[in-house]
Formats: sequence, structure tokens, C-alpha cells
Amino acid sequence: MSGVEVQGIRKSFGGAPVLDDVAMRFAEGRFTSLLGPSGSGKTTLLRIIGGFEAPDAGTVTIGGADVTHTPLWKRRIGMVFQSYALFPHMSVADNVAYGLHRQGIRGAAARAEVARALALVELEGFDARRPKQLSGGQQQRVALARAIVTKPRVLLLDEPLSALDRRLRQTMQVELRRIQRDSGLTTIFVTHDQEEALTLSDRVAILDGGRIVQEGPPAEVYERPATRFAATFLGDANLFAGTVRDGAVATPSGPLRSEAPLPAEGAPATLAVRPEKVLPLPAGAAEPAGFNAVDATLRQTVYAGATSTLLLATRDGDPVKCFCQSRDAPALEPGAALRLAWSPTHTLVLGG
Amino acid sequence: MIWLGRAILALVLLFLYAPIAVMVLMGFNASDLYALPFVPTLHWFSELAGNDRLIAASRNSVLVALVTAVVATALGTLAALALSRRSFRGKSLLRLLLLPPIAIPWLITGTAMLVFFYWTGIGRGLHAMILGHVALAIPYVVLVVGTGLASLRADLEEAAMSLGATPFGAFRSVTLPLLAPSLVAAALFAFAVSLDQFVVSYFLAAPGVTTLPVEIYTSIRKGFTPEINAVSTILLGASVALFLVFAGLTRIGGERERR
Ligand SMILES: Nc1ncnc2c1ncn2[C@@H]1O[C@H](COP(=O)(O)OP(=O)(O)OP(=O)(O)O)[C@@H](O)[C@H]1O
Ligand SMILES: [Mg+2]
Repeated sequence: MSGVEVQGIRKSFGGAPVLDDVAMRFAEGRFTSLLGPSGSGKTTLLRIIGGFEAPDAGTVTIGGADVTHTPLWKRRIGMVFQSYALFPHMSVADNVAYGLHRQGIRGAAARAEVARALALVELEGFDARRPKQLSGGQQQRVALARAIVTKPRVLLLDEPLSALDRRLRQTMQVELRRIQRDSGLTTIFVTHDQEEALTLSDRVAILDGGRIVQEGPPAEVYERPATRFAATFLGDANLFAGTVRDGAVATPSGPLRSEAPLPAEGAPATLAVRPEKVLPLPAGAAEPAGFNAVDATLRQTVYAGATSTLLLATRDGDPVKCFCQSRDAPALEPGAALRLAWSPTHTLVLGG
Repeated sequence: MIWLGRAILALVLLFLYAPIAVMVLMGFNASDLYALPFVPTLHWFSELAGNDRLIAASRNSVLVALVTAVVATALGTLAALALSRRSFRGKSLLRLLLLPPIAIPWLITGTAMLVFFYWTGIGRGLHAMILGHVALAIPYVVLVVGTGLASLRADLEEAAMSLGATPFGAFRSVTLPLLAPSLVAAALFAFAVSLDQFVVSYFLAAPGVTTLPVEIYTSIRKGFTPEINAVSTILLGASVALFLVFAGLTRIGGERERR
């Protein structure tokens, strides 16, 4: 049992609240990403779970045991720092062996564990090097090996990939996921790269304004964002504000329907649709039966190789986005009229 | 213009090093009146061996400098650690108070110490000199160790603790080894500050118990002998050796990579 649970966590620095009643369960053996804008308290929450920082209020439990007042060095967590924090005066092997030595594992037993950890991160033969003599990606692997060799109960990662270039980053994402699966470690991963969070995680949690605003499997959080913030922070969204009338939302672009339950008749409501769910049709064409449709004018086509983004404006001038395969992108000049259609299934009702 | 600059530089170096070179040479010259031609001899060094006052003063100097180095490094390092790692009330005040002693003329510090030690009954003697030298050396230690600490990331200790090290264990196995060059440099600095100290020592010396600089000064007033050159040469050699070790540790004048 090594699931992590935090409850009622509050933390403020110099009077400014950073975490405000955060509650969250990180299931055992799962890979959970903590997402949120800069300054939303991701690092602070991770440091509280690890014991680097004490919360002002609330409890942290690991594997069912309350560790709120357990000091850092007794929590048995593995932490990978953004800066890696490798010990510069020790060789790679000594860095990895450091935690084993603290546990009283020495000699041949320690060497075998170190070799196994270094093999796991594919760094055999680097034992004698100093951290200075390694590339960024290699240092990152040493930091990972050092954190997992002690068989921690929880692995905490604070934007470990953000210092790497794109290619290395993608390689390391795959590696990280493989190592996590193999070791079965409960993992909490802080990132502000939404794509990284969606591709890597079993679950994502979105932190905003000191609270977890939504938490769930990536596809669910992406397809069913609960709030306007979640919808726009994780992925792109076209928003349509209006008033509920006759089971639809009356917007300046016309009435729009959703399969999700709407607020009460006459109440204001905001609907959202992901740009890749929007179908660009020629002006005047009939939309598929039951679809929502709005008229729009093309402003610009942004070509990005495999895909293109159409930037449009509604009749009222509100911006709308539409992603499509470049093959399907209509060859139109800016100023051309289009009809945009999408299914009520993909129409989200946002709170907040 | 360049030749003028070079000429000035040459003159500066000449005025800086020529007297020292002459002094060293005369320590090995047979004539006690600085007369030429140069007749090499070790006579003055053997004379020195029989000069009990100079020997005793040298022993005192080294003793005081050693104790100063150890005590000032320990206390100064604690202060530097507190200043860089902890937040406490009066921190900025402490930082502010620790540095001016470097700028206050030693003459003033010495007078003040003499008066203060007289009042408090501490009096004069080696113990008073040690107290004074430690106080003088601490700011230098805080500076040197503080600079070393600033280049160490705080997350190294956190990483060590997350791997199961106690705070003290993390300090001993991570911070201390990385800080070692700064500590040795600080100790050498404190040693040198004490060994070269004249003014404060002069005020705090008890009759008959002096350090080398004070003893040299007193003997010169009585009458100059080349033994002084000999002892100065030894002192100079020791200082240069210390400086070289210090320079090697702090990489003064070198562009070698840090850490
Ligand atoms: N030790 C500290 N002292 C004072 N304020 C702090 C401290 N640590 C964090 N903060 C403040 O708390 C807030 C949250 O910081 P935190 O580092 O948790 O954000 P984050 O979500 O990790 O951001 P980023 O994505 O930029 O890393 C910030 O406003 C920050 O200034
Ligand atoms: Mg952060």
C-alpha cells in the first residue's frame, strides 16, 4: 500500500495563500500528473507531500499512514529535482549508492543495486563519471536512478524534463513511463506541458488558484472539462456564452444544443467545443442532422504540416478555431464565408 | 602611451619588491652594516637560533595564529551558515555588523580593545591577543565561507535528506566536502590575519610576552641587526607558502573551472 492522500492542505507564504484546502488521492502504482499555470502551487504541493515543506493545515498520508509530521528523511520518497541536484563531488555510482548507504546497504549488495538501477536507465558503463561529465539527459537519468534505487514508496518528479530539448524530452517521456510501469511506483509528476501530461499519465489533476479544479483520467478531463479554466488550460476551446431557452442556449450565433444537462431556463450558460471537433463546411451547406451550426468568416489558415488551424470569426466577431487535417482543409482565401458544424455530443456545458 | 604604462608598472613592481629582495639578500650577507660586496653566509640564521626572545615571540605568533585560525573558522562558518540558510530576526542587522570591522583601522580597533579588555578584567597577554585576533578574523571567514556557500545549491542537502540522510548527515556528506576548499581558504586567511597582525598585538601584548611583529618592532628601536632580516625572511617564506596554498584553493589568478 503506497497510495498518497492529501486532505485539507493549506499553505501560505508571507500571508499570500498558495494552497487552499487541497484534497486529492494519488492511487497506488498510478502515474498522476499535476498540471497548472505557473505559480499555481504545483511545486509547493509536491514539496509538502515529500516533506520538504510543512503545510499550515491538513494531513498527508502515504500508504494509509499519516506522515504529516514525519521528517523528510524518514518518509522514503524518491524525488527528482528540476535541477537534478546531483552531488557534484561524487561519481555517478556514488550518487546512486548514496541512498543505499543511508539504509545500511553497502559493499557488493549496494554495487549490485546500483548496477541494476543504472541498467534500468540505460547508463551502464558511466559509473565512474562525474555529473559534470554528463549531458543533460544523462544527468536526468542518474537523478532518476538515484531516486528509485532505494525503492521509495512514492516517486515525485518536479518538471524533470523541462530542461531538455524536444527530441530528448520525447525519448525521456517514453523511458520514464517504461521505468514507472516496470517498477510499479506511485508517481506524481509536475509539469506545465499539457501534451506531456495527457500522453504520460494514468490520471491528471489540474491545479488553479490553490485548489484542484478537476481530476481524472486524461481523456475524461480533456473531453469533459468541468470549468472554463479546465477547458481552456488543457487544450483549446471555442466558447459560446448565452442564455438557456427552450432546452438550448441562445447565443448571438443562434441556438446551440448540448447532450449534457443545461442550467435552469433563463440562466446564463457557457458552451464549449474543442477545435478538432468542429467540421468546416462550405457556406450554405446543410449540416448533418441534429448538429449545431454557426456561420463564420475565415480570417487566416495556419499551416503546420500534417494539420492546419483555421482561425475564423463568428457573425459577432468572436474568434473561433477549427483544427483539421491539411488534406481536408478547404482551399479558401481569408474573408471567405464558411459554415461550422459539430455534434451536441461534443458540446460541453461549463461551470465556473 | 603604452610604454608609459609599462614604465609605471615596472616602477610599481620595483618599489614593491626591491626592498623585500634587498632584505632577503642581506639576511644572507656577512656584513652587519649592509656593506657590499655580498658575502654569503648563514651566520645570522644561526645567531637567530640563539636569540631566545625572537624564538619565543615566533612561537607565540604561530600559536596565536593557529588558535585564531581554528576558532575564527569555526565561529565564522557557523555565522555564514546561519546567514545563508536560516531566516531569523536581526539577520540583516547581523550581516551589516559583521563586515565593517574590515574597514575600521586596526589602530582604532586595537585601542578600543585595550580599553575594553582593561575594563572587563580580561587584561593583556596571549589570551587577549587570541580574543582580539579571532574578532578581527571572523569577518574575513564569513566573507570567504559565505561566498563558497552561495555557490552551493540548497537543493543538494534536500536531495540527500530525501534519500534518507539526517540534516546533520546531509551537511557532513554533501555540504562539508563541497565547502572544504572555502573552509581551508578561510582558515589560512584567518591564520595570515593573525600572523601579520601588529597594531592590535602591540596594544594587547603583556610585558615579556609578545608576538614576532611586536618583537621585531621593539628590537629595531633598540638597534638593528641582520637577525631581523633572517627572521623576516623566514616569515616571508611562510606567508608566500600560505598565499600559494590559498590561491590554489580559491583559484585566484586562474581560470580553471569552478568545482
Ligand atoms: N519559499 C517560498 N517563499 C515565498 N513564496 C513562495 C515560496 N515558494 C513558493 N512561493 C510562492 O508560492 C506560489 C506557488 O509557487 P510554486 O513554486 O508552488 O508554483 P508552481 O505551480 O510550481 O509554478 P511553476 O510552474 O512556475 O514552477 C508562488 O506565487 C511563489 O511565489
Ligand atoms: Mg514549480
